[in-house]
Order: sequence, then C-alpha cells, then structure tokens
Amino acid sequence: MSGYGLNCEEETKFAFEKAGGIADIVHLNDLIASPAMLKDYDILAFPGGFAYGDDTGSGKAYANKFKNHLSKELEEFLARDTLVIGICNGFQIVTSLGILPGALTFNSGGKYLDRWLDLKVEGRSPWLTGIKTISVPIAHGEGRYVIDEEDYRVLKKNKQIAFTYTHGKICKFQNLEANPNGSMHDIAGVLAYNGRVLGLMPHTERAMFAHQSPTWQKNKKMVKSEWGEGILIFKNAINYFLNKKR
Amino acid sequence: MISRIYVTPKGLDVRVGLYKKSWNELGLSGKLSRITIIDSYLIEHSLAKADLLRVASALTNPILEGYSIDKLSKTNCDFALEIGFKPGVTDNVAHTVKETIIDLLHIKEEADLVVYTSKVFLISGTISAEDIKKIAFSLHNPLIETSYTFNKKYFQKTANLPLHVPEVVLSKTSPVIRVPLSVSSAELTKIGKEGIMDPQGFRRGPLALDLDSMKTIQEYFTKLGRDPTDVELESLAQTWSEHCKHTIFASEIEDTRDGKIIDSLYKTYIKGATNLIRKKKGAADFCVSVFSDNAGGIAFDDEYLITHKVETHNSPSALDPFGGAITGIVGVNRDTIGFGLGAKPVANTYGFCFGELDDKRKLFRDRELTQPMLPPKRIMEGVIKGINAGGNCSGIPTVSGFIKFDARYRGKPLVFAGTVGLIPRNINGRHSEEKQAQAGDYIVVVGGRVGLDGIHGATFSSVTLDSVSPATAVQIGDPITQKKFSDAIVKEARAMNLYNSITDNGAGGISCSVSEMAKECSGAKVDLEKVPLKYPGLRPWEIWISESQERMTLAVPQKKWEVFNNLMKRRGVEATVIGEFTDSGKCAVSYNGRILMDMDLEFLHNGFPKKRLFTAPYRHTHPNPKMPKGSSRTKILEQLLSKNNIAGFSFISDQYDHEVQASSVLKPLSGPGRINTDAQVFKPVLASSRAVVLSSALYPSYSDINTYAMAAGALDTAVRNAVSAGAKLSHLAILDNFCWCSSYNKKLLAELVDALKACYDIATAYGTPFISGKDSMFNDFQGYGEKGNPVKISIPPTLLISAIGVMPNLQKTISPEFKNAGDLIYLLGETKDELGASEYSKMLGSLGNNVPQVDLKKNLTTYQALENAIEKNLLESSLSVNSGGFAIALAKASLGGMLGAKINFEGNLNIDAKLFSESQGRILVSVSPKNSKKIEKLMRGVICTKLGTVSKDGKVTITSGQNKIVDTNVKKLYKIYHKFSDSMSAKGGSASGGK
Repeated sequence: MSGYGLNCEEETKFAFEKAGGIADIVHLNDLIASPAMLKDYDILAFPGGFAYGDDTGSGKAYANKFKNHLSKELEEFLARDTLVIGICNGFQIVTSLGILPGALTFNSGGKYLDRWLDLKVEGRSPWLTGIKTISVPIAHGEGRYVIDEEDYRVLKKNKQIAFTYTHGKICKFQNLEANPNGSMHDIAGVLAYNGRVLGLMPHTERAMFAHQSPTWQKNKKMVKSEWGEGILIFKNAINYFLNKKR
Repeated sequence: MISRIYVTPKGLDVRVGLYKKSWNELGLSGKLSRITIIDSYLIEHSLAKADLLRVASALTNPILEGYSIDKLSKTNCDFALEIGFKPGVTDNVAHTVKETIIDLLHIKEEADLVVYTSKVFLISGTISAEDIKKIAFSLHNPLIETSYTFNKKYFQKTANLPLHVPEVVLSKTSPVIRVPLSVSSAELTKIGKEGIMDPQGFRRGPLALDLDSMKTIQEYFTKLGRDPTDVELESLAQTWSEHCKHTIFASEIEDTRDGKIIDSLYKTYIKGATNLIRKKKGAADFCVSVFSDNAGGIAFDDEYLITHKVETHNSPSALDPFGGAITGIVGVNRDTIGFGLGAKPVANTYGFCFGELDDKRKLFRDRELTQPMLPPKRIMEGVIKGINAGGNCSGIPTVSGFIKFDARYRGKPLVFAGTVGLIPRNINGRHSEEKQAQAGDYIVVVGGRVGLDGIHGATFSSVTLDSVSPATAVQIGDPITQKKFSDAIVKEARAMNLYNSITDNGAGGISCSVSEMAKECSGAKVDLEKVPLKYPGLRPWEIWISESQERMTLAVPQKKWEVFNNLMKRRGVEATVIGEFTDSGKCAVSYNGRILMDMDLEFLHNGFPKKRLFTAPYRHTHPNPKMPKGSSRTKILEQLLSKNNIAGFSFISDQYDHEVQASSVLKPLSGPGRINTDAQVFKPVLASSRAVVLSSALYPSYSDINTYAMAAGALDTAVRNAVSAGAKLSHLAILDNFCWCSSYNKKLLAELVDALKACYDIATAYGTPFISGKDSMFNDFQGYGEKGNPVKISIPPTLLISAIGVMPNLQKTISPEFKNAGDLIYLLGETKDELGASEYSKMLGSLGNNVPQVDLKKNLTTYQALENAIEKNLLESSLSVNSGGFAIALAKASLGGMLGAKINFEGNLNIDAKLFSESQGRILVSVSPKNSKKIEKLMRGVICTKLGTVSKDGKVTITSGQNKIVDTNVKKLYKIYHKFSDSMSAKGGSASGGK
C-alpha cells in the first residue's frame, strides 16, 4: 500500500522481490477505485511511513479511510489463505483496522528514536519460520505497545506474540537497553489469523543488506553474503506460497 | 453550529511525566500533582448528533483513549490551559480531521465544515496563577499560538471550554493602488526602505530597494509614461532582492588593498573555479547541471544524476524556531523536486549554529521591550524539533549534520538545511536536467493554498476574538501535503511526460517562480483570482508574493492538463491553472480582468543596476594564550572533549530517521561507542552498490584571525572528511554557504574577498568543483537589552562547505573508530604549531594568531595516498583530524571502538601543539600488523608517523619523550564524550512523541 505519507513502499517492494516475489505498489485511492484487485494478490503489506503525519494519532486516519471503503474486501482477503504484514506505521494502521490486538502509543522516552536492537521470536507464524533471534532497526515516536492483561494472557497462550525485545548482540555491541520504547511485556510485534497477519514496529526491510547493520564495519571481512537478517522475513512469506504450490 | 470533541487518554500517558519534569525545572518542583493532556477538536458544522458521534469515535483509539462531546471528561483539577493556533496559522491536524470527516460521512468538500485543534492541559497542584503563566509560556510561541487559562470555577460550572472560533477576518481594502514615482529622492528612499504607503496611511514593510534601484525603476516607468502598480513594485522588490539576485556576490568590487577590480565574486571565484576544473577534467568531468537550476547536479552513474543543495533559514528560525526549521528543510526538499524535470529527495542534511546555551541575557527586538528574543536553548530545541518533523514525516533520511556554538549566534542562529536528490539521466528520451516551458502551456500550481504567510511584515488587520499578532511573520510547514505531490510528480507524472517544466515556490512565491519560468519561453500571463486561497480577502499583491509553503509551479501542455489533473486528484493533491506561458516578452498579471502588471521580462530580470563596492584593509591580532604548566594534559583533554563543540550529539542523530529508504551504509553514529561520524555514506539506488558520501565543515572562529584560513580550513576539512570515509577526489564536488554580517562594511567585504580567494585556490588545487551555493549576507541583530540599551550582535563570518562524492563500491566504506586490539596507529600528515583560534586556545581564553594554513601540495599527496590505501583494503579505521586536534581524534577513535591506545608522540614540537593543534591535512588511521609493511611502502612521500597500537585494556596513554602527557581510559572518555548529549536527552525536550 502507499499514499498519504506512507514512505517505505519502495524498499519494502524491493525486499519482497529480492525474496522471489512479484510486488506492486498500490495507492490507497487506486485500491478504493478498484477494490477487486485485492483478489489478484496473496500478500498485503502496509509499509512504514507517516500516514497523515500521525495527526490525531498514528495510523488512525489511514485506517479510518481504509475501513470506510474496503472493510468487506479486507474480510474476503483474510478469508483466503493470504498473508498480511504491517511494519512500523503499517503496524499502527493494522492495529487501528482492528485485525491485530493492542495499540501503539508514545514512546516512554517521549521522543522519536532511530536505533538498532534485537528481537526474540516468540510466536508461531509462516512469517517467522526458522528464525529464533534477529537484529533490526526501529525508527518511531509512537511504538509503545499497549494491551490489557486479559488480552495479553490470550495472546501468550495462542502464541500470538511474534517478537519481544531482547538484550542480544546489538544491545551488547552498543551497550543499549533492550526495550527502547517501554512496550508492555517487551512486545515488538504480534500475530493474528493463525499467524498469517503480522504487525511489528521494527523495520525488517532496513536490515535486508549486510552493510546496514552497525556491526558490519567491525565484521566486514567475515561477512560473505550481501544479504542481512531482515530479508528472511520476506523470504518466509514468499516460500509459504511456493511450498504450497509444490 | 459549533461543537467540541475532547479525546482523553486512558491509562498511562507517558507525556505527563515528561511535561512534569520540564515544568519542575521552571521552579514548580513539588507543586504539581496531576496532569491530563486532552486533544480538543473544535468543529463548526451542520452535522446530526449521530454523525458527530461517529466522527468522535473515528478520532478515538478505544484501547488508548475515550471521547466526550461538549463536556470535559475530567473537571477535578485546579486549572485548565488551552494552547491553540492563532487565526490563519496552518493547522495540519485540522486538515486531517476535516478529510477524515468528509470521507467518513461522504459529504461534499464544499460543505460548511471548519475544524480547529488545540491541546488542553488539566493541571492540579498547589500552583498559583503566576505558575500557570510560566507553564503557558513554556508551551507556546505567542507569534503563532495562543494560550487560554481557565480556573476551577469556570469549567466546574460549564464542564466545557468556550466555543470560540479563531477565524481569519480581513478588513476590506482597495485591491490595487498605483505608486507615484515622480517624487523626491528622499521619498523614493523611503518607499524602498519602508515600503509602499497603503491608503490607510500605513507603510507595508520594506521593499529593500536602495535609491539607485528606485531611480532605475522610476526611469523605466517614466519611459512607459505611467506609474507602477503596487504589484509591479512588489514584484521588482522580490526579484531584485539580495535573496534572489545575490547582489553582493554579483557586484563589482574594487579591492582597495591592491587596487584590483573584481568583476563579480561569484563569477570570478566560484563559477571561475568550477569552469577551470571542468576544463581540466575534460572527458572525466562529472558536472552535469551547475549553478543553473534549483540544485547542482552531477553524474551518479550512466543511468542517474545526483543533486545537492544546501539552504539557510536563519531569520525565520530566530523568530519561530520550529516553524523556521521545518520550512527550511521542506523548502530545500522542493529545490530538489524542482531540479530539472523533478528529482526524488534521497537524503537530508542539517547544520546548526546556536548561541551558548548558558547565555541568559535578555534581548528584545523593539525599544519598548515588548518583543523578546527567544533564549538559545529554546531556539535549539525548536529547531531540532522542526528538522525532526520535516525530515521524518517526509520519509527522507536525515543522513548528515552538525551542531556548533558561539556566543555571537545569540542574535541570529544559523540553520542550514540540505537535500540530496536522485533523477534518471534520461526521461522519455529527454535529458532530465533540461526543462523548457512552451508558450501556450498552462501555468499550474500544485500543493498548498495561499494565505498571508511569509509576506514581508505586512500589517495584517484581522478582527477576531483576541488576535493581534500578524500571522504573516512565520510559516508552518506541512510535510504531508508536500509528500503527496512529491510522490505524485516524481514517481508518476514525470514518467508520464505530463509537464514541460517545473520549479518550486520559495522566496517571493509565484511572483518569482512564474517570472523565472517565463524566461524559458519568454513570457507569462497570470490571472491572480484563480489562485486558490486559504481564506478570502487577500489583496492581489499579497497573493502574488505570498510565501505560503508546499507549492510547486509547473508548465503543463493544455492537452495534457486533464490527465495531469486527474492524477493529482487521485493522489489527494490540489492542482490549479492560474494562467498561461506566452512568448510576449512580458510578465503580465491581472485580477478579475483588470491588468495589474505588464512588465518586460528583460527589465524584470536584468534591469537591476550594477553596483560597485569597495573594500578596506583589516587586521586582527590576539594575545597568545598562556599554556598550562607541567607535563600532564589528561585533565585538559577530558575538559576539551566535554565541550559542546566537540562532544557527541547522539540526542539529535537518534531522533532523526537516517535509515528510511533502506540506504544507510555509514551512519551518523558509528561503532560500539557511537561516535558522531564526520562523513556519512548511503546508497540511493537499491539495486546498485554505488554509494554517495556526504560531509561538511566550518571553522567560524578562524575568522577572528583570518577569513582566508577560515575558508581554506572548511574546504580542506570537508574534502578530507569525505576521502577519509572512502570518497574519491576524482568524483567529489562541493557546495558553499556563505553566512556573513554587515556586508556593506568595507572591512567585512575585504574579509569576504579573502574567503572567496581561498575557495578558488583550494577547489582548483583539489579539482573539486562548486556545484551549488547560497549566501545570506546580513546576519546581524540590532535590538535592545533589558534596560532598553541598543545591542548589536553580528555572527562571526561563517562559510559552510558541504561535500558530495560518489563511490563505485560501498564495500570500500571505512568507519572512524578503532576495530581490533593490536592494530597499529598511524598519523598521516604533518602536525605544526597551529593553535590559533583552535578549540584549545578558545578554552584557554585567548585565540593567538597562528591559525592553521593549508599546504595544498602536501595535503593532495596525502589524500591520494589515503584513497589508495582504502582502495587496497589496507586500513581498519580512518578518522579525519578536525577541531580539537590529534588528542581529540585519538579519544574519538578509541571510545568509538571502546578500545585503548598506547601512543608515543616524538618530535620537537611542544606538547600542546602535538595534542591540540588543528593543523589541516591529517588523518588518524589504524592498520592490521600484517599490512604495516604495505602501508609504509604506499605512504612513501607522505608524512606518515607510526605512533602506537590499539590495546585491549582500554587505557589511553600518550607519551612525549620521557613524559606521560595523557593517561586516561576509554570508559571515562566515553562518559565525557556523551555527557552533553545525555544532559540534553534527559530533559525530555519536548513531549510531543511522534512529531
């Protein structure tokens, strides 16, 4: 998806393509004009950005417009064996759409923050196959995940917590705290629809190349591949469909 | 009717703690108990109750918030404080809310619907009305915002805040006047200085035209046999302004020191240098579009061009730091979108020069002491936030930047904002850097609407509840409006070949953009009544020169207009035809059929009288600083590292998104110790491994001794910073930003000449062409002190040099921090006793006179050898030695890698010079022992001194002869380096969260 201030669509498309998929950038208004086109796709991605400048609360205005015109189509899309991802502002949009539990609000530090960190995989999802930990960057001002205790217990039981922030190699390397925004229960990403819908604050597409990592300069001579850890998420999504076809 | 929707947070609101903390610092510690922050949406509408409820629900995230209508959710507090915008000030949130309502309820856009937003703070505690005043002052800028305070009694009775609407109401005035010019020279001078007299007897504000210019204009209209209209005169003032025509850089200068005549500083030294370099380079010339467009363009590879432009936004940032900075950054983004057929912004840069943060002097703009200047700290916080909002919201990585302090930036801060762009070299078979409006093309304006924003101090007669201040003084940026048209133009319309030319609306608004584009086809005709307005009642001259933000002007062929307009509509962008390009040789403007301007383009652009300016000799000498006694410099090094001109500023780098577009290679912060890098690398094309290097440098304090050294140091350092990170001299260009003061002063003019001579000498020696530049010549503050005493503060003459280079392979990028224990440490280049105006001398309290000189020949050989070493993968780290000298460089490389260093610095030089001299041309590198032979061989002919080794133990020691002159450790240095930044981020600054 694109439009109204979303801004990570080009690199997200690139990541899906490098993972073996075919991706198109579709403006929200074009989808509203031809909603049937959703039927042609297997994966719906809400990329990062600043839709409507976060006015009235991040993700709210974009989700309002989406819901207002495309509720039925979204329902139909989710009824098929499809995947959805919301990254950063996309996560905020997807929670506002109501297809993921919880909500995102101001970082506990009160400021926008761009830094790298470490994630531990907690849940079960086609997006997460074979991944235990992963180091990626965040860049957000409203990334503090909020959920009430009852819903949290359900999430936990159903393995719907995708990632938690953890003190891994990046935090050790740069002596940083694990949870940068005060998220409840250290939650960085959540799942729904049997793990088919993933929302997360960190930007996996900004970790698709090896040289994007802050540790790259130190390990330059050891790094053989051009690709970074973030590309795995995109590969998992494409492989989910490739494996199905086999 | 008017309703208020309140949205109140549920559960923990982290902003509360941050506000409390910052209010406690106002002396309210212990007095505050409870704070609630509520979003208020004041809506003028004709909606049914049920619809209003739907709206309220759409504005609320039920997990985080609850809503109430016309009734505050909580009233058990002592005060309510409301902060809202003044009439006419851009309210971005209100635009979004209006869009949401229209979409949600499927109502027509023209519907009678107006939204105003504000923040309401409910505050409890043992606080007085006086305390609330302090809080209110800390929360708003009276130029653009209003605060209202309500006590307990008021809202406990009503449970609601007043339903007043901050609407703009303009009094009716005659739309157009003729300005008689058959008047005395004194009157002409007055018109030029103070502006056109309105029929009501008020002068409209400075045209900034001197008597010579006014006489030239008088002559022109005498020939035409008529008086000019106000529109014509305002238009000339805009086009001939220093800002647009760079009158000082274009003037003839007689250098009285050697009797030589300089035809034009710009043509002789800047363009002259570039022309010579390009000629010498021949086939290897990488310049494609220099000095002719909104930004400079150079080759990136066979497929793409890369562009760069750096602007200043100093005066607006002094008045409204947030608004000034955000419009600075989104403004320079538009320079990129307006390059050639439209380049895509791929990186932002920033640079800040502020007064000292502990400067508590009270200064006022007026003799009556009613217009206070903001203190440096407030300016800093606002400016940082402005660049944050502009860059982050636009999805452009803020890759490169710096912050400097000097007491003389107290009167005017310098705020630099730059943007790098990317554009395919060929678009639909056309060279993308070329554009040409055709006679018959529609003149189309896209983006925001026009209000009274940024009109030169015009008096703004608005009749509202309690608004007295002009909404005209400042502009507020709306990055999302701009992002929408930027994407629609650069990512869609450009490829569809829907327009022939494009330029941005900056200074002078459409008066400048249209008349500039009119040169391409030799004429334009505009119908001002077609320009979309924010509110009714603007006079034609105001519409013509308004600097309302977020607008581009395009030349769209008539037969393509429908397709173009449909595309813009689908992207949520307003596009309007306001006239037609012609080949009449004239710029013609009318309003409702009445002709207001009919002027020859030739006169408008070239009628400006050329000036001759004169220099006078100057000389600055300073006592030498008294060097410290004894042989230990450990404490002194630690003290110097803590200075905010040298320390890290991760609190800024961290809050600017530098990784969007997935292009990051060498970040603003590097290594385990997160030191600020002097050069940054990113790759703008996802599928290519080519990369762009950015760096910048400035040494304003060197101007206290000699501006030639100041400029030479800036050029040498910018180039060295870039090469140290992996750039190639053969593909490196530079940009100049001159910020001067009192430029008609003959001595300062001589200093300007000297700085330009340095620019020419160094650029031509290194073969690094200037591709774009900007000057801001009057950075002086003339105001009053606390007792009404006149105060003048001028900035130190400042030249910012920015460098942009292309690297064929990003894998060659090299970061500045040490990597491995056991690596050998070398210093490339020669250290001399050049402590003049150094950070060290400044700390000691006297500047001295031996300011660093640039040895072009030696430095060039060093840089070429460095390039070679990087190409051959022989280096582990590479750090350019800058402010603070060798000892600071060593401290940064060590703490950056969280590794120790054992150094022995031999030679006869005194220890202060060894450690702190700022001699140019030096780079601190580390090398794996297995490569030491190779590097020493490669460095033959270059001064390359092996100084010691990187160590695991974290100890940082330097010996000189028998003496241990520095003995410290990396953990301590880490703490000191980050102390300034930690103290800034601990304050929480603003509690605005996302933006």
